Amino acid sequence: MRVTTIARAMEKKGTGPFFVGVGSRKRGLSPFSDPPDLATPISVKHPAHLIPAHLLAMISIVKIHEYQAKVILARHGVPVPRGEVAFSSAEAGAMARRLGKMPVVVKAQIHAGGRGKAGGVKVVKSAEEAEQVAKALIGSTLVTHQTGPRGREVGRVLVEEGVQIVTELYLGLVVDRAAACPVMMMSSEGGMEIEEVAARSPEAIKKVLVDPGTGLTPFQARKLAFGVGLPPDLVGKATKLMLATYATFIASDASMLEINPLIVTATGDLLALDAKMAFDDNALFRHQDIREIRDLAEEDPLEIEASKYSLSYIRLDGNIGCMVNGAGLAMATMDIIKLAGGEPANFLDVGGGANAEQIRNAFKILTSDEQVKAVFINIFGGILRCDVLAEGVIAAVKELDVHVPIVIRMEGTNVEQGKAMLQGSGLNFATADTMADAAERVAELAAAPAQ
Amino acid sequence: MAVLIDKETRLLVQGLTGREGTFHAKQCAAYGTTVVGGVTPGKGGTTHEGWPVFNTVADAVAATGATASMIFVPPAFAADAIMEAADAGLGLVVCITEGIPVIDAMRALQFMKGRTTRLIGPNCPGIITAGQAKVGIIPGHICQEGRVGIVSRSGTLTYEAIHQLTTLGLGQTTCIGIGGDPLIGTTFIDTLALFDADPDTEAVVMIGEIGGTAEEEAAAFIETSCSKPVVGFIAGQTAPPGRRMGHAGAIIAGGQGTASEKMAALSAVGVTVVKSPADIGRAVADRLAA
Repeated sequence: MRVTTIARAMEKKGTGPFFVGVGSRKRGLSPFSDPPDLATPISVKHPAHLIPAHLLAMISIVKIHEYQAKVILARHGVPVPRGEVAFSSAEAGAMARRLGKMPVVVKAQIHAGGRGKAGGVKVVKSAEEAEQVAKALIGSTLVTHQTGPRGREVGRVLVEEGVQIVTELYLGLVVDRAAACPVMMMSSEGGMEIEEVAARSPEAIKKVLVDPGTGLTPFQARKLAFGVGLPPDLVGKATKLMLATYATFIASDASMLEINPLIVTATGDLLALDAKMAFDDNALFRHQDIREIRDLAEEDPLEIEASKYSLSYIRLDGNIGCMVNGAGLAMATMDIIKLAGGEPANFLDVGGGANAEQIRNAFKILTSDEQVKAVFINIFGGILRCDVLAEGVIAAVKELDVHVPIVIRMEGTNVEQGKAMLQGSGLNFATADTMADAAERVAELAAAPAQ
Repeated sequence: MAVLIDKETRLLVQGLTGREGTFHAKQCAAYGTTVVGGVTPGKGGTTHEGWPVFNTVADAVAATGATASMIFVPPAFAADAIMEAADAGLGLVVCITEGIPVIDAMRALQFMKGRTTRLIGPNCPGIITAGQAKVGIIPGHICQEGRVGIVSRSGTLTYEAIHQLTTLGLGQTTCIGIGGDPLIGTTFIDTLALFDADPDTEAVVMIGEIGGTAEEEAAAFIETSCSKPVVGFIAGQTAPPGRRMGHAGAIIAGGQGTASEKMAALSAVGVTVVKSPADIGRAVADRLAA
């Protein structure tokens, strides 16, 4: 059999096969006994995680868990291992029992890669062991190279059948910006991060650009499959899997889809052993199912709060709170603060047409970050007039009883009126005419010891 | 002279009867643009603020002789509006709408291949030719007729650059916001070529952002095909990787699209790259004085 040839070659390279298990699924069968339902398990168990859909649609990049990605892939006909998610150790034990055959794999579900190395993926030989492992994992904090030093708390685990790996491949889909079409990538170096492979051996990655009108064609899929050295008897299965993966990508408005590794099992089947998906938030309005399965515990509470008011907010590590209109100017404001020796505490774009109420909400959010020692307001009044901004800021400072120093730089429509209002307010604002002066001033204020 | 739009432009507004469409159509007209009508499916035959409204772009073009269109249609329908404008044979389509799904934008761009329509945007502030016409939302009163062309991926940063050039007495020829989305109709290269061919434009300001490789591609073009001085700024020098900074296009992924890579590529081909957005105007003055 050709697979064994690959297996031997991989053994020589010291990469596999590595763990035992049984992959005795029948070809073409759904990996789940019942038609998988995306929304039910989570909305039933964790109603607190549900917030109104119209608010969810406004939060920026949308990621989901591995098990959720697998459910979506399976619905479109991509073979995945049998498995279920567990929110408690008792559930994990019950699921391991239901799977029947050992070994079983227990995988921590967090929105970050590198879980295996961090101890978040364990192979177990009994339901009791599955329960113990789940008990240790759920509620623990995993620190991987993608989580940052603070790590992520594990709230749920995937309990999955163990399968015997013969070969590991990589399959990915993203949108190519320059070509304005999806690009499907495949590599024989599965299990590795694609960026690493791209840096070390770019020739190992095969790519095809997909015409969005026709979609992925079978000949393109075969080109990839043969290109990464899959034996001819597996190319048919691989083609089917790739077409199903492309269908998943388009149907769910994904912005990124990775199956890594995509494995060849001892029984000659292809299986998506791990899966990662991110979605285009601009398209969430037509995907209620995806809005409903978001795990808000994975997201920053202040960012969720900001999204309720259509504010684009990202929390950072510095101590200077920023309020700016326009994404480009907001990024440039962070840059100029850093040039002046300060550290921005956030990115906050109030948008082009913000009103006084919007300014108040923005203020509330950025000052609820306890790290903030000074605030920099940088507004170019085009549509948002400077007098409207001044009115909003004055009201917010009075109402919220803000004690940190505030530096305001504004320019554009009605700037003189706005400045006069700030000066006449009796509040202690520092104003500056240029962005550079304002940035230096706020950096000084943030560095000064609190009074 | 100027590029893309001037006093001869005859503008159609898709989504004229909406709040934003109405407000900005009036603003464009007040700046001197010839607005000839609007398109709102189902409202054909009526008038809105004195302008005739049509059911389809094709009807509107036939009746008004429109040469350009400005789109203020909600995100779910904007890609369709772009395709309709291209199908009607308009030479210029400016899509202001923010938040179009990537897959929709991809299909619209595919549809436009082989057609002669130029798309600006989506998710952009539009175009203004100082003293002549504007198509979009750039505030007119900060502009002044002058010598410098501006092309930018960001809205408010464009206004910053305009303001600095006006304050220094340099003024602008045409300012073009090409949009903050990952997929856009007109690139830096297209606009740099237009400015290079325009006799009134003496220097170009190019404002980029993190994400993608458009700035690197522009650098390669500048090296071989630009005869005029270019001043550049890249927003997002301090942005963390993997986070989307407001604009869907502004995200650093897999070590690609960082500000430092872009700044180095532009500097290498003779572009004056400023680190601070406050220095854009001054750098242009220096290049023009040299």
